[in-house]
Amino acid sequence: MENLDSLLAQGKEAVENATDAQQLDQVRVQFLGKKGELTQLLKGLGKLSAEERPQAGAKINEAKQQLSEQINARKAAMEAEALNAKLASETIDVTLPGRGQQSGGLHPVTRTMERIERFFAGVGYGVEQGPEIEDDFHNFEALNIPAHHPARAMHDTFYFDAHTLLRTHTSPVQIRTMEQQEPPIRVICPGRVYRCDSDLTHTPMFHQVEGLLVDTDVSFADLKGTVEEFLREFFEEDLAVRFRPSYFPFTEPSAEVDIACVMCNGEGCRVCSHTGWLEVMGCGMVHPKVFESCNVDTETYSGFAFGMGVERLAMLRYGVNDLRLFFENDLRFLQQFK
Amino acid sequence: MKFSEKWLREWVNPAIETDALVAQITMAGLEVDGVEPAAAEFSGVVIGEIEAAEQHPNADKLQVCRVSDGNETFQVVCGAPNARAGLRVAFAKVGAVLPGNFKIKKAKLRQVESFGMLCSGEELGINEDNDGIMELPLQAQPGQDLREFFDLDDQIIEVDLTPNRGDCLSIAGLAREVGVLNKAPVTEVAVEPVAATIDDTFPIEIEAGEGCARFVGRVIKGIDPTATTPVWMVEKLRRSGIRSIDPVVDITNYVMLELGQPMHAYDLATLNGGIRVRMAESGEKLTLLDGQECELNNETLLIADHQGPLGLAGIMGGEGSGVAEQSRDIFLECAYFNPLAIAGKARSYGLHTDASHRFERGVDPELQVKASERATALLLEIVGGEAGPITEVALEQHLPASRTVKLRAERIKKLLSLDIEADEVEEILTRLGMGVSADGDSAWQVDVPAYRFDVSLEEDLLEELARIYGYNRMPVRTNHATLKLTPQPEAQKGLPDLRRLLVARGYQEAITYSFVEPGLLAKFDSEHQPVALANPISADMAVMRTTLWPGLIKAMQHNQHRQQSRIRLFETGQRFVPGDDGLIQDDVIAGALFGTCNPEGWTGHKRVVDFFDVKGDLEALLAVNGDANAFEFEAAEHQALHPGQTAAIKRDGELVGYVGALHPSLCKELGLNGPVFLFELALDAVMVDRLPAFSELSKYPGTSRDMALVVDQQVAVAKVLQLTREKAGEWLKDVTLFDVYSGEGIENGKKSLALSLTWQHPSHTLNDEQVNQFFDAVVTAAEQQLGAVLRS
Repeated sequence: MENLDSLLAQGKEAVENATDAQQLDQVRVQFLGKKGELTQLLKGLGKLSAEERPQAGAKINEAKQQLSEQINARKAAMEAEALNAKLASETIDVTLPGRGQQSGGLHPVTRTMERIERFFAGVGYGVEQGPEIEDDFHNFEALNIPAHHPARAMHDTFYFDAHTLLRTHTSPVQIRTMEQQEPPIRVICPGRVYRCDSDLTHTPMFHQVEGLLVDTDVSFADLKGTVEEFLREFFEEDLAVRFRPSYFPFTEPSAEVDIACVMCNGEGCRVCSHTGWLEVMGCGMVHPKVFESCNVDTETYSGFAFGMGVERLAMLRYGVNDLRLFFENDLRFLQQFK
Repeated sequence: MKFSEKWLREWVNPAIETDALVAQITMAGLEVDGVEPAAAEFSGVVIGEIEAAEQHPNADKLQVCRVSDGNETFQVVCGAPNARAGLRVAFAKVGAVLPGNFKIKKAKLRQVESFGMLCSGEELGINEDNDGIMELPLQAQPGQDLREFFDLDDQIIEVDLTPNRGDCLSIAGLAREVGVLNKAPVTEVAVEPVAATIDDTFPIEIEAGEGCARFVGRVIKGIDPTATTPVWMVEKLRRSGIRSIDPVVDITNYVMLELGQPMHAYDLATLNGGIRVRMAESGEKLTLLDGQECELNNETLLIADHQGPLGLAGIMGGEGSGVAEQSRDIFLECAYFNPLAIAGKARSYGLHTDASHRFERGVDPELQVKASERATALLLEIVGGEAGPITEVALEQHLPASRTVKLRAERIKKLLSLDIEADEVEEILTRLGMGVSADGDSAWQVDVPAYRFDVSLEEDLLEELARIYGYNRMPVRTNHATLKLTPQPEAQKGLPDLRRLLVARGYQEAITYSFVEPGLLAKFDSEHQPVALANPISADMAVMRTTLWPGLIKAMQHNQHRQQSRIRLFETGQRFVPGDDGLIQDDVIAGALFGTCNPEGWTGHKRVVDFFDVKGDLEALLAVNGDANAFEFEAAEHQALHPGQTAAIKRDGELVGYVGALHPSLCKELGLNGPVFLFELALDAVMVDRLPAFSELSKYPGTSRDMALVVDQQVAVAKVLQLTREKAGEWLKDVTLFDVYSGEGIENGKKSLALSLTWQHPSHTLNDEQVNQFFDAVVTAAEQQLGAVLRS
C-alpha cells in the first residue's frame, strides 16, 4: 500500500513517455491489466484489517481510475494527432479547375425565342409551327396580299416556282392555325423566315415570332396592353412604348411599335438614328379578309396579331452590333450567350 | 416621297415648328424618314454679274473676272471653265461664310488679287454640280441675297409612305392630312379652266376600258422652244428629288407632285392618226425613254397610236414620241389607270417610276380634268403657245364605284374599346373628306372620297378614327381570358429539353442557313436532287439543304480556321427532302464534333473524341424520352462517312438517322482537321416519349454470374446482347458488358466478351440450379448461333 503513490507516479510517467498506441497499451497492461501492478495491490487488501480495507480499496481504485483516464486521454490525443497528420497530407489546391465536360450554350436567337415563348405560354398561348417552304396562298393570298399588290415588293421573296416560295414572314402560320382550330385561339409562332436581301443590316434568313389571339371580346386595347406588357417584361424596364399607325395588308387597324431607345434611354444615339425611338414590332387587329379566308365569323370574333424580329430584339437586349454575327457561328461569339 | 416644307405650308400652315410637324405626321402613319435643309448653311453670297472675264496672266486654267453686285465691281479670280462675261453667278463676297464654316477673305492667286469667290452648286450644298460655277437665270438681280433668291431657308422632308396611302403622294394630299391633324384650313391652288384659243384636238380611243377608264387629252400648239423653267419650279422639283429637264417635262412633273396626277407630254408631230389605249400584243416591241427596248406581253396596257406603241401606260413613255427640244406642238396626256392594270407591271419590266408608283397605289379618278387645266395654265405661262379644247373620254362603267361604308357605334366600342362621342366621330370623318350621315341612332353611312382607295370596310373607318384620335391616346387593357389549362402531352418531349441535354454535354448551338451550295450538299447527299431557288442571292446559297451537315461543316471550317481546337456544335431545324410523294420538310437535330473529348486542362487528359463519345451523347439524347431501348445502332454505310465507323440509327426497325466519322478523304478535301464526327436524327422519332409504368420491387436478393464468350471479331456485340436477353429467361434483370478483349490468349480474329448477368425473381430467391439453367441456355445458344466458345 505504501508504494501506491509511487506506482501511480510511475504509471503516469510511463503514459507520458509512450510514443505510440502500442506503447500506451503496454503501459495499460503493466499497471491496469489482470496482473498489472496496480491490480496486484488490490489482491494485497486481504492482509489488511476489515476497518482498513474499504478505505485502502477505494484509494487503489481511485488510482486505477486516474491512470485509466490519463491513458484514454493520451490515446485520444494520439489519434487526433494521427488524423491531423493524415488530413494534412491529403490537402489539395481547391482552386485548381474542376475536371470533365464544360457545358456549351444555346444560340442567342434560340435563347431569345424561348424566352419570348415562355412569356406567352404563361398566359395561355400555345406554340405553332409551319413549313418554311410555303405556298403563295398561305404566305400572301390568304393574308390579303393578292398578286401584284405593292406590298409584295416590300417582301423580296425567294421563289421556287410561281406558287412556291420561302415564307417571308411567320404570318402564314396564323392562317394554318385558323384553318385547323376553332376560336378561341392563342398562339405564338416562332421560326425562320427568308427575304432576298443581304447587306449590313439584312441577312437573307432571320427569325420572327408571330402572335395571334382570336376571341369574342378582343379589341385594339387588348393588343396595346399585351404588346406593352410584353416589351416591358422582355427588357425588364419600365420602357416608354408608342404605337404608330402603319400598314400591313393582313391587319386593320395596323401599327408599328416603337420603344424608347434602350441604348440611350431615348436621348438619341446612333442605334436609334437620333430619334430616341426604336421600331421593334408590327401589329394590328386581324383584317376581316384574313378571317374570311379562314372562315372565321367577323361579327362574332375579333383578334389581334403581332410579329417581331428575333435578331433585332436579341441585338438590343445583348448589345450585339452586327447582325451577320448571328449566322457565322463563330464560337467566340456564341459562347458569350451561355 | 420628298417635299419642301415651304411648299406644303403654301397649302396649309399650322402654327407648329418643323420638329412638331414631323413628329405629328409620323404619328399619323406618314413616317418621316429624314429632314434635311434645302441647302447647306452659308451666308454673304449674293447674285453677281460677270462683266468681263480675262485670261489670268500667270495661270492657264484661271480667269480674272470683274463681278458686279449691282453697286460695286470686284476683281475675282475664278477657275471655272464656264465663267464668262454676261453670266449671273453666285458670288461669295469677302466676309461670306460658306458651308463647313469656310470664310471668304481677300486673297492673291498667282500674284493677282481676288475679292471673293464664284461658287458651284456643290460648294453651296444646293446640288451635286461641280463641273463649273452655278449659272443663274438672267432675271436674277445682281446684289440680291442668294438664299433669298432661291428661297433656301426651307427643309426637305422625306416621308416613307405605306402602299395604302397613295393619296398622300402629292402636296395636295399631304396638305389635306396635315389640315385634318391640326384642324387647319387648307388653301388649294386655284385651278381655273383655260379657255381654248384654237380648235385643234387629237382623237382618243380607249379599247382597254378596264385598264383605263378616263383619258383626258389636250393639244397645245406653238410653244416657245427657248423658254426656261422658272427658278421657283426648278427648286421645288429639286427639293422633291426631281431634276429639271425642260420646261414641258418639268411642268408635268410639277403637277404630279402638286396634285398627284402623273402626266405625259407628246410631241404632236410624231403622233399618227390618234391615241389608242389598248393591251399590247405578245411580242410587240417598244423602246422606252431610257433607251431600254422591251418585248411586251399581252397583259401590258399600252398607249399606242395608229402606227404602234407609244409608251407603257402609267409607267414610262417611249423614245421618239415624247416632247423634245425641237417640239413646237404638244399633246398632253392625263389619264386614270386602274391600279390593278398597272400593279406589278413596272416590276415585271424591271422598272419603277414616279408614275407607276402612283398609279399602282391609286390616283384620284376625278382628278384628270383639273390636272390637265393646271398643267395647261402653267404651260401657257411658262412656254406660251395656244391651247385647244380638252378631249375627255371616260368610261363610267370602268370608273371605281362610289363607296358608302356603314359604321356602327357598337363596333367602335367592341373593336377599339373606345368611348367616343358621336360628334367627335362625325367631326373626324368629315375632316378626312368623308360624307357622313346618321343611319339610325347608333350608326352612320359614310361616303368615301374617290382618292381613298384604302377605305372600303368598316374596319378601315375604325383605323381612320383611331389614327386621327391618336393611337397613343387609345385605351389599354391587360390580358384577360378564361383561364383554361393548356394540354401538356406527357409522352411528347419538348425541343428545349433536348437542346439543354446537348448543351450540358458540352455542345454549342449553331444556326446555319437553310440554303446551301449545291456542290457542298452533293458531297453529303447525292441521292436527292435538292429544291433549287429560282432567284438565289448567291451561288453558295442556291439550294435547300436535305441535311444539316453542310451548314455545320461550314461552321466547323470557320472555327477551325480560327484556331479552335475543340468544337462541338449542334443545330435543330427543317431539312427539305424531295420524295416520290412530294417534298418532306421535317425537323432534325444534328451535330458535328472535333477535338479532345474534354476541355484541355491540368489533368493532362487529352483523349481525342471517338465514335463512342458521340454515341454516348446520342444514347443520352435518346434516353431523354425514357425509351432508349426502342433504338438500335446498326453498322451502315453513308457516302460522307467512314465505312467502318458509321451506324444507322433505327427506331422499331425504321431508319431515323446516322452517326459516324466524316470520311477521311472528304475531311481532307474540305480542308478540315480530323477526325470529325457527325450525327443527324429525325426529331419526330426522338420526341415521342413513353409514360413510365411501375413494376413491383422484388424483396428477394438477385444472383449474378459472369461469363466470357469468345466470338469472331465480326460478330456484333449488339447481337450477343440481344441473344443473351432472349435466352436468359424471364427473370433476367440486367446484363452488362464489362470487357472486350483480344490479344494474348485469344485466337487471332477473335474477341472475348465479358458479360455480367443478374437474375432476380419477384417472389422467391432463385437457387443455383435454376440460375445455372439460364446461364447454360445462353451459352448453348451462343455456341450454336454465333459460334461462340465459353472461355474458361
